[in-house]
Amino acid sequence: MKTPIYMDYSATTPVDPRVAEVMCKYLSYDDGLYGNPASRSHEFGWKTEAAVDEARKNVAALVNADAKEIVWTSGATESDNLAIKGVAHFYQKKGKHIITCKTEHKAVLDTCRQLEREGFEVTYLDPEPSGLVDHKKLEAAMRDDTILVSIMHVNNEIGVIQDISAIGEMCRERKIMFHVDAAQSAGKVPIDLKEMKVDLMSFSAHKIYGPKGIGALYVRRKPRARIEAQMHGGGHERGMRSGTLPTHQIVGMGEAFRIAKEEMATENERVRVLRDRLWNGITDMEEVYLNGDMEQRVPHNLNVSFNYVEGESLIMAIRDLAVSSGSACTSASLEPSYVLRALGRNDELAHSSIRFSIGRFTTEEEVDYAVKLLHDKIGKLRELSPLWEMYKDGIDLNSIQWAAH
Amino acid sequence: MAYSDKVIDHYENPRNVGSLDKDSENVGTGMVGAPACGDVMRLQIQVNDAGIIEDAKFKTYGCGSAIASSSLLTEWVRGKTLDEAAEIKNTEIAEELALPPVKIHCSVLAEDAIKAAITDYKSKHGEAEEEQAKSA
Amino acid sequence: MASRAYFDHNATTPVDERVFEAMLPYLREHYGNASSGHREGRLAHQAVEQAREQVAALVKAHPSQVIFTSGGTEANNLALKGVRVAGKSPSLAVSAVEHASVLVPARKMGARILDVGAEGNVERDSLDEALQAGCRLVSAMLVNNETGTIERIAELAQQARASGALFHTDAVQAAGKIDLDMPALGVDLLSLSAHKIYGPKGVGALVTDKAVTLVPQLEGGGHEKGRRSGSLNVAAIVGFGQAAELAVTEMASRNAQQQTLREQFEHELSASVEGVVIHARTAERVANTSFASVPGLDGEALLMALDDSGFAVSSGSACDSKSTEPSHVLMAMGVEESVARGAIRISLGCDNTREQVGQLVQAIKTHSERLGSLASGW
Repeated sequence: MKTPIYMDYSATTPVDPRVAEVMCKYLSYDDGLYGNPASRSHEFGWKTEAAVDEARKNVAALVNADAKEIVWTSGATESDNLAIKGVAHFYQKKGKHIITCKTEHKAVLDTCRQLEREGFEVTYLDPEPSGLVDHKKLEAAMRDDTILVSIMHVNNEIGVIQDISAIGEMCRERKIMFHVDAAQSAGKVPIDLKEMKVDLMSFSAHKIYGPKGIGALYVRRKPRARIEAQMHGGGHERGMRSGTLPTHQIVGMGEAFRIAKEEMATENERVRVLRDRLWNGITDMEEVYLNGDMEQRVPHNLNVSFNYVEGESLIMAIRDLAVSSGSACTSASLEPSYVLRALGRNDELAHSSIRFSIGRFTTEEEVDYAVKLLHDKIGKLRELSPLWEMYKDGIDLNSIQWAAH
Repeated sequence: MAYSDKVIDHYENPRNVGSLDKDSENVGTGMVGAPACGDVMRLQIQVNDAGIIEDAKFKTYGCGSAIASSSLLTEWVRGKTLDEAAEIKNTEIAEELALPPVKIHCSVLAEDAIKAAITDYKSKHGEAEEEQAKSA
Repeated sequence: MASRAYFDHNATTPVDERVFEAMLPYLREHYGNASSGHREGRLAHQAVEQAREQVAALVKAHPSQVIFTSGGTEANNLALKGVRVAGKSPSLAVSAVEHASVLVPARKMGARILDVGAEGNVERDSLDEALQAGCRLVSAMLVNNETGTIERIAELAQQARASGALFHTDAVQAAGKIDLDMPALGVDLLSLSAHKIYGPKGVGALVTDKAVTLVPQLEGGGHEKGRRSGSLNVAAIVGFGQAAELAVTEMASRNAQQQTLREQFEHELSASVEGVVIHARTAERVANTSFASVPGLDGEALLMALDDSGFAVSSGSACDSKSTEPSHVLMAMGVEESVARGAIRISLGCDNTREQVGQLVQAIKTHSERLGSLASGW
């Protein structure tokens, strides 16, 4: 077994070797597959264009959509930006109200903040302590001038699965556009866009064993979702997103989605067994809390707070495990996870959280090693922790006047 | 976050972890920080009749830099007089441990902790008021 | 692919073998997210920072000035839409021969379009008028993608600066072909793309002076110091860095090789096909590009015939090639429409040979005679 052990699959995944192999064909000179897919005057361009179309079909197939509904982007961040700004700018005459949730990815939240600066009004729903959105609260927030609801399918930090089908029905009834960030759910949760009433859906390749730097936005054709382009130029992607198509990345994403469709069911079961083994291995320790609902959750994710141990020092103690204390995008900051705060976790528990995310290449041996390491290090850090000592002495930490700094 | 070798050394092998009897006459205790902020440092000093710090112990809830800062501090204050210990500046700690800018607050917390411990010790010996009177 | 010859390097280049090798580890074993704090993440971060230095060196800028994007189109869009002067989007002027990724957003933003002369260079008077009318951001490309004309950017930028305006240049086609010195050019913003310099598709950069206020066009996560969010495309960025370094070290030898081939092409073509027009021939041009017209001939028909014979050439920008309009660059230069419609662009690369060029000229001669006879009804 090689260390460090990678348990940060929600931040990014390794590229599947089968994906890498396909990509290499489009990177190397030998196969002549380097043409610009937009070149219409020669075979080099036609060949890469055909490869792009094939990949488009594979991406669409995983979510039961039509290939014509898939728009390539540089990743889920761009997809989220394009969907939300694109709808807002297109439908602003109809209304300027948007609904989202406080636990969305920053790509959604920061985009909404920008729209607020442009004069839009945004409602940020509080999730339930389980991490799920209360549909009654969502319904109550809907107004005549609401043009868009953006709710993520699977949360990146706690892995909980929202009921997209139900929310889709609510939106469609009221003719409100519905955008779903599916970066963390594609390939993990079945998605059927012929059935689900979703208008726009964001995808990323590098969360499902594809390459970084490529994503897609699903834009429904019937009934048609309209968006205003955000990046202008040669009019690629039917005018919705300009820029030379990166063939090798696109074929990589296509292959990753093809594999996901084939292997998702068996892989999920294997991963679930490993995740449960990890959870069962650490629940015997005192003051260990699971964050987010256990049932409505992808099998890849385990988000745990080890009370009275500070998250960053724990990550340092378990350096042999590559894990994170929140989403990778914000882990350079010292703030506790905003997602856990939104669930109503107190600061101590939010500061003590670790996200374990496992996947295709995780082994039982690695999980067992992690369990043992956690037992050792949690014990050691608690020996060092004045809060643990006070807890053991029966002192209520809330009774102490802390000097906040 | 990439840590310096010195931080890692203190973190892996923290010096002087533990507790002293906080009710003892010879012991001064300083507890600074807050759980909500992600770090709490408790520093205790034991002072002999000559006014020399003869023992120091700590416990810290916080990141690696916070643990290293407090561990280093316990080494530094041992054998010093209270006045000498009060002279220790956070910048010296930050420099010794090569703390990155985002971790400077850990060294500030350590400086606050020793000052708080000294104040606690002095208050037990009725000196705090005197000090305040002098500086006023 | 010995049977086919690729003459469309301004549309895209093959990835250099050394670039490919540099990228491979970041597709396979070093797969961390560059924002993650653990070892895998730091390794990816270090690789990105090394590439940032390599890209900065290509344009003699500081690494902190480099913002990685998904390509030239995004870099151009970010420059035009992101710049703020006194808190507002400044009034904009762009040249008439820009790439679509500048022209299209510029038109949407109500920009003034600057006139160009017969060789495609921006008219100083036109810029003067724009500046007097209050334009505070000017964008002109350093090397034109269709004609290969080199613009006198340093002079234009100085003119703009004298009026207090900022200057952006699209240097996508210039990189690796001419010396790039951002301080000497005096520009505030500069766009680059990897796949035009034997790097991978899907990555580019906007290099910007620190004094420029830029608001992000992609939000979420605050990557690239808040100027461009989105997980970094590590493998492609590493490839970009390697390609940028090669563009510096191998520029002279590439230019010498391509200059020779172009002279051969233009000389042989002029000698063998009657009435051929080489556009911007007397202008200062990069060594790899030749834009030629066979008057009276439909360029599209010629391209298709050439493709069937194994030669990949284009009528101009790949991005615009779905349209049937004649080149907007040639029209702006005042070229007659019948001549513009007969235009084909060849753009040479490291992989072209004298033999290929000779065969290409022969093929153009054969096809244009056949197509010409069809057109005139003989």
